[in-house]
Amino acid sequence: MTQNIARIEFSHLSVSYNSHLVLDDLTLQIAHGERVAVVGPNGAGKSTLFKVLVREIAPTRGRIRIHGRPLGSHKDCVAYVPQREEVDWHFPVTVEDVVMMGRFGKQRWLHKADAHDREIVQQSLQQIEIGDLAKRSISELSGGQQQRVFMARALAQEPHLLLLDEPFNGIDAPTQEAILGLLNNLRAKDVTILVSTHDLNLASDCFDQVLLINKRLIAFGTPRQVFTRAHIQQAFADRVMIVDGHAVVDDCCPPPDDPPRRKS
Amino acid sequence: MSSWLLTPFTFAFMQRGLLAAVMVGILCAVIGCYVVLRSMAFLGDALAHAILPGVAIAYLLNGNLMLGALVAAVLVAIGIGAFSRHGTIKEDTAIGILFTAALALGIALISSIRTYAVDLSHILFGNVLGVSSADLWLTAILGILILVVTLICYKPFLVISFDPLLANTLRLPVQFLRTLLLVLLAFTIVVSMQSVGVGLVAAMLVTPPATAYLLTRRLPAMMLTSASIGAFSSLVGLIASYYLNIASGSAIVLTATLIFLLVYLFSPRKGLFRNWARK
Repeated sequence: MTQNIARIEFSHLSVSYNSHLVLDDLTLQIAHGERVAVVGPNGAGKSTLFKVLVREIAPTRGRIRIHGRPLGSHKDCVAYVPQREEVDWHFPVTVEDVVMMGRFGKQRWLHKADAHDREIVQQSLQQIEIGDLAKRSISELSGGQQQRVFMARALAQEPHLLLLDEPFNGIDAPTQEAILGLLNNLRAKDVTILVSTHDLNLASDCFDQVLLINKRLIAFGTPRQVFTRAHIQQAFADRVMIVDGHAVVDDCCPPPDDPPRRKS
Repeated sequence: MSSWLLTPFTFAFMQRGLLAAVMVGILCAVIGCYVVLRSMAFLGDALAHAILPGVAIAYLLNGNLMLGALVAAVLVAIGIGAFSRHGTIKEDTAIGILFTAALALGIALISSIRTYAVDLSHILFGNVLGVSSADLWLTAILGILILVVTLICYKPFLVISFDPLLANTLRLPVQFLRTLLLVLLAFTIVVSMQSVGVGLVAAMLVTPPATAYLLTRRLPAMMLTSASIGAFSSLVGLIASYYLNIASGSAIVLTATLIFLLVYLFSPRKGLFRNWARK
């Protein structure tokens, strides 16, 4: 594969729900192996952008190309880690079962998991330090453990493009460290990573590139290029306050309808 | 004791009834696992009632009742999928409209038949003791077909039920699989028409799987446990209906409900008593 087509291209991507515009004319290119933090206020279309990439929502206009080919022409090249609130944690599956689902794309119809699949599942669990939870029912996990299970599944998919939707919402510090460590390791494997987050500090400190959107593209580049006063003000509008020349954004917390869960 | 249990089955109609009831019990219990996990209980009930016009039309045309039911069920299953896909109305609203319309049409058609009281009650509440050997064969063939498809599609059904977005990224034909599951459900309901009737089939689709859910932690185990509970309820219900002289469909459903209540209270994993003891 030649290097110059190894990238994600959005050209004039627009999405609307019931004639309500959610993403407006997004055009940008992300180079292969890049780690991008996707930031913007609530309702900026961060989740929608991911759902277009996993083909849950069809673009109203425009198109997406991955490695120069239309979305969906590569089998199992995108792995998606959903927000924890979107998963049915009472479904009767074990941690191992969930991670094994990540291998289904590589298996042929009717073929059972082979030794190689099982080995990858074990490795994925160990990489995110939950090897001991393999036989546990997913209903018995803490928030951080839940997030790790879906990370392990994404690893088992061996994707080219990894999408994480608000992975740091309401999880413990060790899990956050483990996930960030893993994202670092994936750089060596040339996996392109998009992470949506509310945490602007995290986006600035731990990512090569930042994509700032509020329905339309505000800025895309290195944290230093993106996090200027003008851009922040443009993206967050009335939710930003300028104190002593520093922008303070009143939007770092998860919306009230998904409070961080804590289980004993 | 054993002779007391075996006496009812010295009659050929009771043997056929038992076979039919157990097959239906197993079938509903397995497909029902998806009904429970995908929150389709209302849809199952709706499909069951929606087959009524098909049965009535088949009756009026002197055709095969099961075939008529099958056509109606598949049409409604596809109709509900098409209605809700566009998102203009919510799925439960679409189901509510189609289900009541089909039920009304069915009753209107049946009420035009002179002897409708008897036939309607058989369709609504089942008549497992009137199963002929031809019915039994049809039940067996359809049942095996449904179970084989369920087995073949185990992995894709698991993925679309647990995580439809993963199904998208794996490029599974999600819409086709959803419709296939609905069609399997429709077949199951039609097969169950004779033993528990359309009025009670929802119970056999929901109660044994819900009971099994409380006892197990993985889907294959849930399906096996559910099938055992479904078969056992059918057996016990049929014997109870013989001695207590009550409608067999009701006896089967009430047995399943009793098992559910016992498990709900005393399950070692999720039971109420266990939870109280923990506090």
